[in-house]
Amino acid sequence: MMQIPCICCGPRDENEFVCGGTSHLSRPDLGASDEEWGRYLFFRENPKGLHLERWRHVQGCGLWFNVARDTVTHAVKSVYPITGAPPP
Amino acid sequence: MKYSAWSLLRGALSGHRHWSAAWADPTPRPSYDLVIVGGGGHGLATAYYLAKNHGITNVAVVERGWLGGGNTGRNTTIVRSNYLFPESARLYDFSLKLYEGLSQDLNFNIMLSQRGLVMLAHSRHDLDSMSRWANAMRMNGIAAELLGREEVGEMAPALDLSPHARLPVLGGFAQRRAGTARHDAVAWGYARAASALGVHIIQNCEVRGFVQESGKVVGVDTSRGRIRAERVGIAAAGHSSVLAKLAGFQLPVTSYALQAMVTEPIKPILDTVVLSPGTGAYVSQSDKGEIVLGAMLDLFPSYAQRGSFAVKQAIIAATLALFPSFSRLQLMRQWAGIVDVVHDSSPIIGPTPIPRLYINCGWGTGGFKAIPVGGWTFAHVLATGKSHALAAPFQLERFISGRLIDEAAASGIAH
Repeated sequence: MMQIPCICCGPRDENEFVCGGTSHLSRPDLGASDEEWGRYLFFRENPKGLHLERWRHVQGCGLWFNVARDTVTHAVKSVYPITGAPPP
Repeated sequence: MKYSAWSLLRGALSGHRHWSAAWADPTPRPSYDLVIVGGGGHGLATAYYLAKNHGITNVAVVERGWLGGGNTGRNTTIVRSNYLFPESARLYDFSLKLYEGLSQDLNFNIMLSQRGLVMLAHSRHDLDSMSRWANAMRMNGIAAELLGREEVGEMAPALDLSPHARLPVLGGFAQRRAGTARHDAVAWGYARAASALGVHIIQNCEVRGFVQESGKVVGVDTSRGRIRAERVGIAAAGHSSVLAKLAGFQLPVTSYALQAMVTEPIKPILDTVVLSPGTGAYVSQSDKGEIVLGAMLDLFPSYAQRGSFAVKQAIIAATLALFPSFSRLQLMRQWAGIVDVVHDSSPIIGPTPIPRLYINCGWGTGGFKAIPVGGWTFAHVLATGKSHALAAPFQLERFISGRLIDEAAASGIAH
């Protein structure tokens, strides 16, 4: 089973967590066009390889945080706070 | 070569030495009218209907691996059309009708078995939502029957129907025309029929880039060289985003792993397909006797064709609660396919933002049952440049306009 290193509780099994999808999306202004809203809501790079994503430790501390994970090997490269900058 | 009882008999008398290869293995030409990227069911069906319905045979299907080695060979072989919305019902029922005539059309036995499908209701709430679902199907002209507990028991006597069951069966509904088909045979049948009409099927040929001139796609760069084409169609399921990135655009797709597994073969015990939407489990018995278990999605982005233990555990637990007599069966194989999930669980069949590049994707967890209609409608847009009436609501543009077809029934399971 994949293990996710929670930044509060340490490594735990994946079924203690939920994945909240791609990180670092910024919400457009209220006056944005349909095109911009559509892109923000639905369109994603969906990379084969490193993906920056949000996870929440729902069955543990309840914390949201960011995970840099490879979508092919499932290896977690790094974890960082929810408001943290993406790894270089 | 036409397959028939006569050719089988002839083979029996001549040592079966007269069989020829089912499809040709040509060297790619430098250019074609159309190139289809992806040699799974949808890509091969597209090539077949381009040749058959539109008379376009100067077509190549390029496949990175082998035919049907992706999701076409990894699904649980279920075909059905129990959808909620009129647009989806029309699309998937057309697909099921094509499946009903496909063995004759292709001269290849796809082993369609319309053994029926029963959805289980485990709670009063399930009963209500299934009444809605079955009535929506009837409104769309597709037969559905609401069932009581005894009637479910007649369809699947191995279910635990006792009132104290962990997952009590209160009733359900059935689509009698649903069933299973041999998934490999669907890919091979389309490949053979398309090849016989002159389509080139090129395996072990990976697309590494799209050739673009003045903003238009004019071909593909592959591991076997550059192939030019008037139009290019992508039918690559879970890898659609990877190809879209090569061409320079994004899709509203997330790739997830969807798992399935089979047990050792046993004597016939289950002659229908059982789905339990509340638990995400679906169960049938293959013609070889294996119990085929399907799961819900592993809900995090993945391109690994294996699937996680957490979901496996949940599905096996749910299946054993439904069918306690399966508890001593041993699992033989387990795998996952990478499925292209979009927000409204409905497909995308049409143009992309890049001129002359088209895409058929977004089938998510339910692509196998849609192979005939996916091929039919994708061939139509590739041949004519205009959407087929069935596919018109299923355009990429809907993610900008907001006119989604939010087909909660798409996979028939929670997701």
